[in-house]
Amino acid sequence: MQTGSTVPTALPLRPPAHRVDPRARSWWRVRGLGGAGIVALPQLVVALVLGGPGWLWGTLVATVVAGLCYAAVVPGILFRIHRWEVTDEAVYTLSGWLVREWRIAPISRVQTVDTEHGPLQQLLGLASVTVTTASARGPVIIRGLATAHAQELARQLTETTRATPGDAT
Amino acid sequence: MTVSADPADPTLDTEVPWRRLDLRMVVVEPVRTLVKFVPVLIVVLITGSNNDPVRPWVTLGIGVLVVVAGVVRWRTTRYRITAERVELHSGWLRRQRRSVPRDRIRTVDLTASPLHRAFRLSVVAVRAAESGGEHRHGGLTLDAVSTAEAETLRRELLDRRPAETRSTPVAQPVEPEAEVLARLHWSWLRFAPLTFSSLAGIGAIAAAGFNVLNELGVNPTDVGGVDAAAERLAAAPLWLAVGLVGLALLVVAVIGSLLLFTERWWGYRLTRETDGTLRVRRGLFTTRSLSVAEERLRGVGVHEPLLLRAGGGAQTRALSTGLGREAQGGVLQPPAPRAEAHRVAGAALRRTPDAAEADPTLTPLLPHPSAARRRRYTRALLPVLVLVAAAAVVGRAWPGLGWIWPGTVVLVPLAALLAADRYRALGHALTPRHLVSRLGGLSRRTVALQRAGVIGWTVRQSPLQRRAGLVTLQAVTAAGEGGYRILDIGAADAVALAEATTPGLLPRTDGGPARPTAGDDLTDAASAPRRHA
Repeated sequence: MQTGSTVPTALPLRPPAHRVDPRARSWWRVRGLGGAGIVALPQLVVALVLGGPGWLWGTLVATVVAGLCYAAVVPGILFRIHRWEVTDEAVYTLSGWLVREWRIAPISRVQTVDTEHGPLQQLLGLASVTVTTASARGPVIIRGLATAHAQELARQLTETTRATPGDAT
Repeated sequence: MTVSADPADPTLDTEVPWRRLDLRMVVVEPVRTLVKFVPVLIVVLITGSNNDPVRPWVTLGIGVLVVVAGVVRWRTTRYRITAERVELHSGWLRRQRRSVPRDRIRTVDLTASPLHRAFRLSVVAVRAAESGGEHRHGGLTLDAVSTAEAETLRRELLDRRPAETRSTPVAQPVEPEAEVLARLHWSWLRFAPLTFSSLAGIGAIAAAGFNVLNELGVNPTDVGGVDAAAERLAAAPLWLAVGLVGLALLVVAVIGSLLLFTERWWGYRLTRETDGTLRVRRGLFTTRSLSVAEERLRGVGVHEPLLLRAGGGAQTRALSTGLGREAQGGVLQPPAPRAEAHRVAGAALRRTPDAAEADPTLTPLLPHPSAARRRRYTRALLPVLVLVAAAAVVGRAWPGLGWIWPGTVVLVPLAALLAADRYRALGHALTPRHLVSRLGGLSRRTVALQRAGVIGWTVRQSPLQRRAGLVTLQAVTAAGEGGYRILDIGAADAVALAEATTPGLLPRTDGGPARPTAGDDLTDAASAPRRHA
């Protein structure tokens, strides 16, 4: 898991070392399908109950196809892009699919470390770690880690930051 | 008026005695409440017929309640300042307890409305640093204490000495020694009509005036002449009517902005106090004093909204933790000539005279790649061209609306001008102590952020930016807006800039082997040595 396929980035910055848990792909896939379902369901209801216009079936099929395509292709891409790393100096993440986002927060400025498990994440045994600094715009979130891994990471980050004097502003 | 005193709480620290708000609040509080009800009371008194025995009693009852509420509030509000915290207990039925750690205090505001001033009182608002990621402004407000007490509190609360030595009283006020950084020049009044906040203020004044009329039950059209004038206006040609109304609004706006400027900035003085705070004092009727601990100052921003910029003006704001994003947050200065704004920005940042860094906000900035210019044009022109096309289609479909699209064509050169202006604004530079960046056309701002105040980076890259080799770099900070963007900077430049600003923070591609990381072997992170303190 140390050095997988290197994702070509347009930034002369080494990508973070670690991939997220492979199960994150399922998470993204289910979320993508769920999103498509939320869009498709009203269309289906209208088409069935009200006998909606013909083009409604067209958009319905398009929605389903788009959802399936997303579920088939995008989670793989996301898995290749999403990376994280905790160095001596910083917490470092890379995320995003179309819009890439690199986030770097110095460990010395970390204020709180939280883990979070949504219902779907729990089902898949995944968790997110949110690292907050004093800034309103600076939280670094590592999504899609294995639960045990996330908890251990949060515990260690908390331990490290507790040792830091001052209020990190 | 027999209100039992707060029962003693056994958990309280008994070393430091509790203090109460100023006794005069027993008078001020009811008066303030009654002032709010004046229109209602007038209506009640006027409309109440003499043979209705209930109304006067109702009015009297309300009066008594208000007075009692004022006394209860005074009796139940207590505060104290211990070595570690500022504590405020208030409320009778619903008790509130607020406590702010003293080392988190960032700014102390003293405000005195005309009513407060009549009784020599000041409201003390203590603001603390945000904690956690959300916009939680910690802090508390003492409404109100005597002006002298407020001044002492201000000194005491912003005292940066360690807790152990704090118990000794702070040095007595040494007013004359404070270094005056800026004073008001009345010629700056010319900038008043050029600021949007003034225009917003006029809206507020107009709304307030309308409200008062409404509360008094006066219909504006009943006022003599208004009706007749409205009729004559309706009879006039459209262009004349629109022109006249526009002119009238403009005149009201200008006068209102001048009045508002005067009220806000009367007696303006920016000083560097001997206790290491920057202090802004201003206000005609309501006097305000904002104190920022210089130690907590993370930088300054010079703001130039388009109108103000066209008039050659600018306004300087402090970037400090605890100062929020509200309209007047952290303003160090009224709208002033550009050179003066930059001078004040430099003076505010310069705790110690530093020849190497004259005025950081005037540092020559490195321009951004020409791809950034292309992006400015695309982003400005594309929506306008879509609008023109839509207008043309509409004009084709409904010949009656054919005049719309030539109107939209006018927007094209305007958009192009704006794009050129926006590109000209883009720039960044790194000085020995500050990261300086500038962006914006309609609302331009130059920000000088202390390098030590940067607590993280965010780099964003959209697909189009990726093709152009650009990124948007954001310096994350605890102060001001929480992050300052450097728009469309070259990707390599962004990394170099971030690396130079916070050496050693970024993992570089060519930076040799990866450092030990908390990955599969999590114990690395725990045992890793720490560098920043």
